[in-house]
Amino acid sequence: MAVAMEAIQELEGHTDRVWSVAWNPVASSSNRSVLASCGGDKTVRIWEGDCSDSSSSSSSSSWSCKAVIDSFKRTVRSCHWSPDGKLLATACFDGIGAVWEDVGGDYECVATLEGHENEMKSIAWSASGTLLATCGRDKSVWIWEMEAENDFQTVSVLNGHSQDVKTVLFHPTEDILVSSSYDNSIKVWAPDPNGDDWSCVQTLAEPNQGHSSTVWSVAFDADGKRMVSCSDDLLLVVWDTSTNPLESSWKHLCTLSGYHERTIYSVHWSRRSGLIASAAGDDAIRVFAEANDPSYTSRAVFSMVGKQQKAHSTDVNCVRWHPKDDDILASAGDDGLVKLWRILS
Amino acid sequence: MALQNANPVIHERKATRRQRPSIGDESAAEEIDALEVFEHLRDIRDPEHPYSLEQLNVLAEEGIEVDDKQSYVRVTFTPTVQHCSMATLIGLCIRVKLMHSLPPRFKVDIRVAPGSHSTAAAVNKQLNDKERVVAAMENPYLAQTVRDCLAPPEEYE
Repeated sequence: MAVAMEAIQELEGHTDRVWSVAWNPVASSSNRSVLASCGGDKTVRIWEGDCSDSSSSSSSSSWSCKAVIDSFKRTVRSCHWSPDGKLLATACFDGIGAVWEDVGGDYECVATLEGHENEMKSIAWSASGTLLATCGRDKSVWIWEMEAENDFQTVSVLNGHSQDVKTVLFHPTEDILVSSSYDNSIKVWAPDPNGDDWSCVQTLAEPNQGHSSTVWSVAFDADGKRMVSCSDDLLLVVWDTSTNPLESSWKHLCTLSGYHERTIYSVHWSRRSGLIASAAGDDAIRVFAEANDPSYTSRAVFSMVGKQQKAHSTDVNCVRWHPKDDDILASAGDDGLVKLWRILS
Repeated sequence: MALQNANPVIHERKATRRQRPSIGDESAAEEIDALEVFEHLRDIRDPEHPYSLEQLNVLAEEGIEVDDKQSYVRVTFTPTVQHCSMATLIGLCIRVKLMHSLPPRFKVDIRVAPGSHSTAAAVNKQLNDKERVVAAMENPYLAQTVRDCLAPPEEYE
């Protein structure tokens, strides 16, 4: 199996590098999709359009920028829609997390999360949409709970990483949090069985066949049985996450090496097609598929099935599969562009 | 604050020698080479002395590798003392100058010379993490310090 990638849209508007993109999981369907992007120009942009439309001229394209949130003081590093698609959470280098709601086309800030000492790098919703996690350069991971409508309280401040924390991500079905760091490790956090606090239940690092440099990002498959991580060490590592992490350790399944030539900044696992997309500082996007036996107990084998060199003219910082249409992939680059791709089998 | 290196050795600014490409060879004229990259960097001012990186022998043309076809540049610099806490700041100045000087297609790696610094791995890792670089440049104090180091020579001589 081999796939090709066709660029179907270039969304222009950001005036500096784009760090992240996020599809609205509810508002996005096969004929109308909503995508948020954020970056170094201190803005968040909300794009809307039809993924089946590949008209390249901007005058006839169905894609347009519907809203710009420009009240940030510094780089907006990441954004993430709540599971119900109603709220957008943002992580800003000013250390403040924010939650935004679409009010008749304008995005209104309905909550702020303050506590990090400096740059916030990532923010993520739990599957239930009641918890938010944040992380940053102060080496801490925070968990926040929505107690009343748009009223967030700190549940836990987690220290464990020895350096800058790059990414936080909740498991797709369980209240389990994963964080990845400049300290080369991935940590798994879970609520204490008999209490309200959370603690680190596992560390996946070099001794567990993990990474030897900064772990930039992680992604789960659809049911959370496996996770993939990407790193400055140019490797992608697939982990078996099918066990309860409080009871038995998550195991290394396989390492994908020899593909990207510079830092891998982003990885995403399609919930529908099972394809893994990765994006890197070598300006390329790569797509991987599981080669044969999908059984989680046997040895997993992944192979590269697609490669887009010069996906952007500079580093590619983020890739995200469309939540409903498994042929569509969004990417963000240092060239200030958001691009939409169609995967052709 | 005490100076990291109170008595640095000062070297002369060397005259440049540029071999002109032969007339009619346009592709050669467009290529970016180590000397051109060095020209962008040689006059960066040291953060704690009124001398340039070239005068302090922190940077020389030999420390610059360029592969124009692969759009790749690697800069290796040598801090004046092993424990120099200014190393990351010097590296940051080099990175920012190259961001402004080179076409965006170039990938740039910056490192301290092997064996020249007590925490070389940590310095190199920080200098090559673009997120940390961006965050540093959004810090007004650091951004001003870098601007001062990158100011044209006549402004401090």
